[in-house]
Amino acid sequence: MSSGHAPEMVRIRGVRKSYGSQEALCGVDLDVHQGEVVCLIGPSGSGKSTLLRCINHLDTVDAGSILVDGELVGYRRRGNTLVELSAAEAARRRAAIGMVFQQFHLFPHMTVLQNITEAPVGVLRQPVDRATARARELLDRVGLTDKERAYPAELSGGQQQRVAIARALAMGPKLMLFDEPTSALDPELVGDVLAVMRGLAEDGMTMVVVTHEMGFAREVGDSLVFMDGGVIVEAGKPRDVITNPVHQRTQTFLSKVL
Amino acid sequence: MSSPTAPTEESARDEEVLRVVVRRRPYLWVVYAVLAVILVAAGYSAATNQRFGWGVVATYFLSSAILKGLLMTLELTVVSMLFGIVLGVLLAMMAVSRTRVLSTVSRGYVWFFRGTPLLVQLLFWFNLAALYPRLGLGIPGRDPLFSVGANEIISPFVAAILALSLHEAAYMAEIVRSGVIGVDRGQRQAALALGMRPARVMRRIVLPQAMRTIIPPTGNQTISMLKTSSLVSVIALSDLLYTAQSIYGINYQVIPLLVVASLWYLIVVSVLSVGQGFLERRYGRGSV
Repeated sequence: MSSGHAPEMVRIRGVRKSYGSQEALCGVDLDVHQGEVVCLIGPSGSGKSTLLRCINHLDTVDAGSILVDGELVGYRRRGNTLVELSAAEAARRRAAIGMVFQQFHLFPHMTVLQNITEAPVGVLRQPVDRATARARELLDRVGLTDKERAYPAELSGGQQQRVAIARALAMGPKLMLFDEPTSALDPELVGDVLAVMRGLAEDGMTMVVVTHEMGFAREVGDSLVFMDGGVIVEAGKPRDVITNPVHQRTQTFLSKVL
Repeated sequence: MSSPTAPTEESARDEEVLRVVVRRRPYLWVVYAVLAVILVAAGYSAATNQRFGWGVVATYFLSSAILKGLLMTLELTVVSMLFGIVLGVLLAMMAVSRTRVLSTVSRGYVWFFRGTPLLVQLLFWFNLAALYPRLGLGIPGRDPLFSVGANEIISPFVAAILALSLHEAAYMAEIVRSGVIGVDRGQRQAALALGMRPARVMRRIVLPQAMRTIIPPTGNQTISMLKTSSLVSVIALSDLLYTAQSIYGINYQVIPLLVVASLWYLIVVSVLSVGQGFLERRYGRGSV
């Protein structure tokens, strides 16, 4: 599915980010083409989650630029500087980027259906009946048709994560970001979530996935990016990186997770 | 029976028929007995002690003066709580804001209005005319655009509402702020990631969840306000307590009239408690 000719969906150049004296990202360049599935792996603290959160501007960057579909997400360019956008403008651009979190973060005071329709109705101003119909389609897709009236606390972790995916998809995103979507799940629930993500990839969704699921990365990923210490150490076809890692650090990491 | 599995099957069946009884706590009867004695004694004393003046209580309980006083107490409570909550929410939003100047102003407000006694604030607003005889708007050194005498707009009722509301707002700000910071950070992030603006995130996602922790202390504050509003008797505002005091000032029936006021406070507090329970269930949705 990956092709060098497809237009760039994400273009990251020279991104730096530090928390106090702690450098989380030290100059990251990365391209994600339309329809491509990029898996980010690496030890904890390597900067992969931070990079993901910078893509939709949940975190600010200190330097460098991130373009999504040719547009800066949280900034406006003025000469050689980037000026942070107002919260309203940033929100508008963020709406086209779906994000799924490790801890699901469903809204506990809303039913499954309300979780999914809240943003389409409140942000995109869709009519309620249309948003509801779309939500039911998405629930069908993630295999939770009978759960629309349930509250999140009544669902298993795997079901919650599938609702979270449906909630993100309801905004009609052009890019989906997954931040360790299966790390908080019991082992027997991981498969359902990965199956939904696999289906999305097959439908051509552009996805950036921070994950420890090497099987998923190998079978679904178009490219695999290994990060360590805030930089991209190695990137390439998943099969090549997994079977023939070039760098010592990649080899050490893979020997621990495989 | 001779097969090796038989004994375990046998004991399993025995366990199925075992009856479970709740542990008996006979000493509880002693507690009930003591309570009953105390209640009967208190009731007997109340019924036989002529100085309670139950006849006088009955006469004044539904008298128009007392009911008017009750209405004033309710007005003060409702209006002050409404202003207090609105201003408190605003102050809490400022306090959690990333904009330094807003959070500093909010902290300063809470410091000032929580740091001085309500009674002092009440007297202060009532005597505002002594500090600023005329209130107006204009540029210093020039004739004001308009001005009015402080005593014309600061009636005892306005002074009471100002004092109670502004004081309450400081407490409500802290209650709302603690509710807001108690909501999981991930909730805000998930809402932002869906493209919601910060104000919408606060209104639709954070505040409804914060309500669960905001409501119990707010109910507490309302009940407290109902009784604290009796402080307005110092500025001669005819609330429930002041009315009772005025009546016993004439007929010297001090105890019966205090009983009348107490009964009304108890009745209103009971109603408020029921309302609080209702709100808690309403905002507890989705929690197990």
